[in-house]
Amino acid sequence: MAVPSYASPLERAWHYAYLVICGLIFFFLIAPIIVIIPLSFNAEPYFTFTDKMRSFDPEGYSLRWYDSLLTFGMVAPDGPRDAAWWADAWANAKWVKAAKNSIIIGLFSTILATVLGTLAALGLSRPEMPFRRAIMATLISPMIVPLIITATGMFFFYSNPCQLLGLFGLPTNCGRLAGTYLGVILAHATLGIPFVIITVTATLVGFDQSLNRAAASLGANPRTTFFRVTMPLILPGVISGALFAFVTSFDEVVAVLFIAGPDQQTIPRQMWNGIREQISPAILAVATLLVLFSIALLTTVELLRRRSERNRGITPH
Amino acid sequence: MANALDPHAAIVTTASGAGDGMLTTADGKPLARALARSQSRARRRAFLLVLPLLAFVVVTFVVPIGQMLQRSFYNDGFSANMPQLSAWFDQNPRGTEPDDAAWEALAGDLVASAEVRSIGVVGTRINYDVPGTRSLFTSTGRKVRGGIEPPYREALLEMDEDWGSARLWNAMREAATPITANFYLASLDRRRAEDGSIEQVPERQRVYVMLFMRTFWLSLLITGLTFILGFPVAHLLATLPMRKSNLLMILVLLPFWTSLLVRTTSWMVLLQQQGVINDILVWLGVIENGQRLQMIYNQTGTIIAMTHILLPFMILPLYSVMRTINPSYVRAARSLGATSWTAFRRIYFPQTLPGLGAGALLVFILAVGYYITPALVGGSSGQLISNLIAEHMTGTLNWSMAAALAALLLASVLILYWLYDRLVGIDNLKLG
Repeated sequence: MAVPSYASPLERAWHYAYLVICGLIFFFLIAPIIVIIPLSFNAEPYFTFTDKMRSFDPEGYSLRWYDSLLTFGMVAPDGPRDAAWWADAWANAKWVKAAKNSIIIGLFSTILATVLGTLAALGLSRPEMPFRRAIMATLISPMIVPLIITATGMFFFYSNPCQLLGLFGLPTNCGRLAGTYLGVILAHATLGIPFVIITVTATLVGFDQSLNRAAASLGANPRTTFFRVTMPLILPGVISGALFAFVTSFDEVVAVLFIAGPDQQTIPRQMWNGIREQISPAILAVATLLVLFSIALLTTVELLRRRSERNRGITPH
Repeated sequence: MANALDPHAAIVTTASGAGDGMLTTADGKPLARALARSQSRARRRAFLLVLPLLAFVVVTFVVPIGQMLQRSFYNDGFSANMPQLSAWFDQNPRGTEPDDAAWEALAGDLVASAEVRSIGVVGTRINYDVPGTRSLFTSTGRKVRGGIEPPYREALLEMDEDWGSARLWNAMREAATPITANFYLASLDRRRAEDGSIEQVPERQRVYVMLFMRTFWLSLLITGLTFILGFPVAHLLATLPMRKSNLLMILVLLPFWTSLLVRTTSWMVLLQQQGVINDILVWLGVIENGQRLQMIYNQTGTIIAMTHILLPFMILPLYSVMRTINPSYVRAARSLGATSWTAFRRIYFPQTLPGLGAGALLVFILAVGYYITPALVGGSSGQLISNLIAEHMTGTLNWSMAAALAALLLASVLILYWLYDRLVGIDNLKLG
């Protein structure tokens, strides 16, 4: 975007001022995320750049906060770093445990949300779908309803999931979902579903239905048509929906606060504890790792989006 | 209507003609019926694809929220455990002085309730309306466990003279009916006076209306700020050549993909009194070391952090609308003599309104229900209504009150959601 040749000096000045303003806003967007990265290498337990850091003295920097992620919660953190030490870290370190939980919960809730969400998106994209608008609104609502309300509702429901069966005269006691992995997985799947629906239906908007008919006319049964024709075309959308669902679960703390037990502490839950109790630069080390993780995810999603556009014959303009 | 030149009209005439003139499929069935059947089969198939997910969302999301909201108007903590006294309240209208029968019912219920150890539940229920009465119930419960001798009135007043308080009796009358609007009244800072009319609570106790106002006002302010910051950026991204704008887009999408807790943490680090921003200001000599700014654990912290977190939700819809705006309209306006400001105000800006509406509604909806960021950086003056719901859930354990507040919050969010669907359409929701 260049200044047109007929612009007056005032307009020129405004144009450059505008570019500066935009630069400042981009700075506002990105600086808070970038600034924590160097701070996580602070040798001192401060949240600001020490004199040594500012003069780029190597002594001002250290990996001690990354190390504390491993040692925090270990039985014998000071021992020599042999196989036993690593086994101890793998089994007992709190952040390692939290990471394992986050990955397990994220993985299963993503699978659930993606399978159900993709099927539903296929149905919702058919022109003959009845009550389309109302159903779509219901399925997207977990993204819109304030998390605290969702979590509160789940808190009661998951502590006795069969209570409502009493209305039909069935036994009302069938155990708890609160404090179990299954409970957290179901809750996170619910929260991830809107993202899968949105991305997959967006992919299906450009989907040419005559491809399905062509496959059928060539003798393919509906199953073959789905796996050989539809699926490869919508796959980029499905994968980016799945990534969204995974990130939602990976970043979710409110539902975890309300329904998870001590065994299901995830990374965000552990961060929440850390921030509320005693905030130490160890949080910044975790945050830095998470930023790297989101950069990787963003790159993947961006590549998928381009691939999907190529597949569907939409060239970026 | 029938036009001889319209080919469709010809078919319709034939099809709706009598008996044997009807169009049929190859195997002799009437075409209209075969078509209807195949359409309903297609509808059923589409619905069956959606059904598993719909059932899942209804069971794990809609029903739990409904169940929770039921608590806002239904609480049988008192009526279920104090049946005799509840019956007495039923038979005697408001304003009746408690007579001997009432005291007998109260004593009988207290003894029975103390036996089955449900007296704490009863006390908790009354405690919502008259703070400090839970211990009255539990201590009396301990004393009457072996039974109680008449005259009941004197015996109970002997144990604690609070039993004679008109306010307590009034609260027990209110609690005797399990279905109640009192929690909604309380969330609007109202309560029932002793004569049954609705009055405002004393000024010191009015918190909820103020919190709702603050939540809406801050959300509005944050929406405004995201608009002011988002508009120029979206415009720049939409007018730059694709390659450059894709590169700059990363600066918008990276915060969008970064964990909420990470972004909140960074703001805590930046805004602290010993944090980076204060350090820079001191270093630049803008402020003295002694007068570092308090930018966090108050409303300022909530506003700054939430504006940053919600900004991408404004930029993305604005950008996708601005991309489609044809630049030649503005050029035409300029060539007809409009100044650049007039061209922007009269030609360009009106075309961005759909994106602006979508972004503003989305940001507002998300801001109204925000919980984590205000809880971490808000201090006491930056708390929103969600934080109070959480406080009632985990702190005071007044779940009915939490449910009533949640119901009011949910109602406002759903109205906005409905508006969003009308104006923008949920199909047009874009993620990156």
